[in-house]
Amino acid sequence: MKQPIYLDNNATTPLDPRVLEAMLPYFTEKFGNAASRNHAFGWVAEEGVDYAREQVAKLIGCTEKEIIFTSGATEADNLGIKGVFEMYKEKGNHIITAVTEHKAVLDTCKHLEKNGARVTYLGVKEDGLVDLAELEAAMTPETILVSIMYGNNEIGVIQPVKEIAAIAHKFGALFMTDATQAVGKIPVDVIADGIDLMAFSAHKMYGPKGVGALYVRRKNPRVKVTSQMDGGGHERGMRSGTLNVPGIVGLGKACELCRLEMESEAIRLSGLRDKLESTLNKMEESYVNGNTQHRLPHVANISFKYVEGEGLMMAMSDLAVSSGSACTSASLEPSYVLKSLGLSDDLAHSSIRYGLGRFTTEEEIDQAIAVTEKAVNHLRELSPLWEMFKEGIDLSKIEWAEH
Amino acid sequence: MAYSEKVIDHYNNPRNVGTLNKDSKFVGTGLVGAPECGDVMRLQIEVGEDNVITDAKFKTFGCGSAIASSSLATEWLKGKTIDEALTIDNMDIVEELALPPVKIHCSVLAEDAIKSAINDYRVKNGLEAIALEKSHH
Repeated sequence: MKQPIYLDNNATTPLDPRVLEAMLPYFTEKFGNAASRNHAFGWVAEEGVDYAREQVAKLIGCTEKEIIFTSGATEADNLGIKGVFEMYKEKGNHIITAVTEHKAVLDTCKHLEKNGARVTYLGVKEDGLVDLAELEAAMTPETILVSIMYGNNEIGVIQPVKEIAAIAHKFGALFMTDATQAVGKIPVDVIADGIDLMAFSAHKMYGPKGVGALYVRRKNPRVKVTSQMDGGGHERGMRSGTLNVPGIVGLGKACELCRLEMESEAIRLSGLRDKLESTLNKMEESYVNGNTQHRLPHVANISFKYVEGEGLMMAMSDLAVSSGSACTSASLEPSYVLKSLGLSDDLAHSSIRYGLGRFTTEEEIDQAIAVTEKAVNHLRELSPLWEMFKEGIDLSKIEWAEH
Repeated sequence: MAYSEKVIDHYNNPRNVGTLNKDSKFVGTGLVGAPECGDVMRLQIEVGEDNVITDAKFKTFGCGSAIASSSLATEWLKGKTIDEALTIDNMDIVEELALPPVKIHCSVLAEDAIKSAINDYRVKNGLEAIALEKSHH
C-alpha cells in the first residue's frame, strides 16, 4: 500500500533519525538507572540525562535545574496546574485559562473546580486570540495562575504570551503556558516572555513519544509545585519515577536540532504553507480559520463550505490530515476550538487542518493541493447544499429537520 | 476508523447522483438532516404507473457513511413500489454496509429521506402523508 502524504504534524511528528541514533545506546549498553549514584552504569545514564537537560534548557533560555522531565505535555500540564493550585491555595483559588486550550489544560481545570478552584474560561476573538482587556478584567486578588497556550494545535495562532504574562504578574499571579506546538517551531524564551511554568513534549518536535517536560522557574520568582506522584523523589521531589533515560536523551537531541535548524526551517515551512493555503483559498467558498499574522509557520486550517470534513478526508485518502468535523463522536459536535472563533457549525464541520513538518517536501504540497481540489469538487457535485447555494437559495432561511 | 469495502465502493462510485425536477407531480423530494449536524440528504423518487419507482436520485452532504447510505437507498428504491419502499428499514442499510454503531444515524437519515420523499409525492397527488416514526437519534 502506498503511504499517504503525512500532513498531520500537529498530532505527532516522525522521529528524526538523528534523534533515534542518539537514543539507541541508552536502550542497550547505557541502560543504567540515572538515580544509581554508586556505579558507572548509573553515572553514564545520569550524564546522558544531564546533557539532555542542557540541550532542553538552551532551546528555551532557562537553566538546567528548571527542567522537570515528565511523560509528556499532558502530564506537564497536570503537574503545573494542579501543582500550583495545591502549593498556592493559601493565596487564592482562582485560575484563568481560555476556551481554546487543549483538553489537558481544560480537563485539569475542570477537575480542580471540583476541589474548590474557581476557574475563568476566557473566550477568544474571531481570530483566535485572547482579548487582553478581558483578561485584565478577569484578574482578582485571588488569582494564582493564568494558563494560556502559546500556539494553538488546531489553528496555529500564537497568543500574545508576553503581554499575558505581564498582566498576570501585575496582579501577583503566575503565568503558565502549554507550549507543546510552539517549542522547537518558533523562538520561545522563558525569560523574555515572562513565563513561570511551561509544558511541552518531545513527539511534536521530531523526538520520541512518552517524554516531555515542565519548565518551573527558580528565580524572580521561585516557583514551586506540589508533586502529583509520590515515590523516590526524582526531579527534585517534583516528579517521582525512574527517569526515562532514552526518551529524555531523545528529547534533548530533538531540542538541539530544533534550535539549530528552526530559523531556516520556519522560513521553508511558512513558504510551503502559504503556497498551500493561498492556492486552496482561491477555491470558491473556502475560508482560512484563525489569525494569519500571529501564527505558527507550519499550520493551515481551511474550511471548504458545503462539504463535510470527514467525507472530505475520505476522498483525500492520499493525505493524512485532520478535520474539525466530529461525525464519529456521539455528540456530533464539531471542534470546540473552531466554534469558539464564532464559526458556524457547518463551517466547523467543513474544516481541514494541514500540519506541515520537517520532512514535508514541495512536491508533497503540490500533490496535496491537487488532491484537495479534486476531492472538494467531487464532493460539491454530490452536495445538495452546494447545489442550493449555486441556485441562490439562502440556506439559513431553510427550516432544517432537527435530528 | 476503517470503512467497510461496500461503503468505500459507494463512496467512490456513488450511484444515482443527481437532481430530478422537484416541481413534477411524479417526483417526490425528501430533504432531511441539517448542516449544523454535519449531514444533509436529499433523496428524490420518480413514480410511474402502478406506483412503481422508476428513478431515484440523491445528493448528500456528509461523511462517507452518509453518502454510501443514500447511494444504496437509491439503488434499492428503483423498481420497487411505494409500498415496498416503505418497508426499507434503516437496519437493512446498517447490515448491508456494515456500518459501525457511531454511523447508525446515517442509515436512520436515509430511511427518513425515503419516507419524506414518498410523503412529498403522496401529498402532491392528493394523498395523505404517512405518519413518520419520530427519528431516534
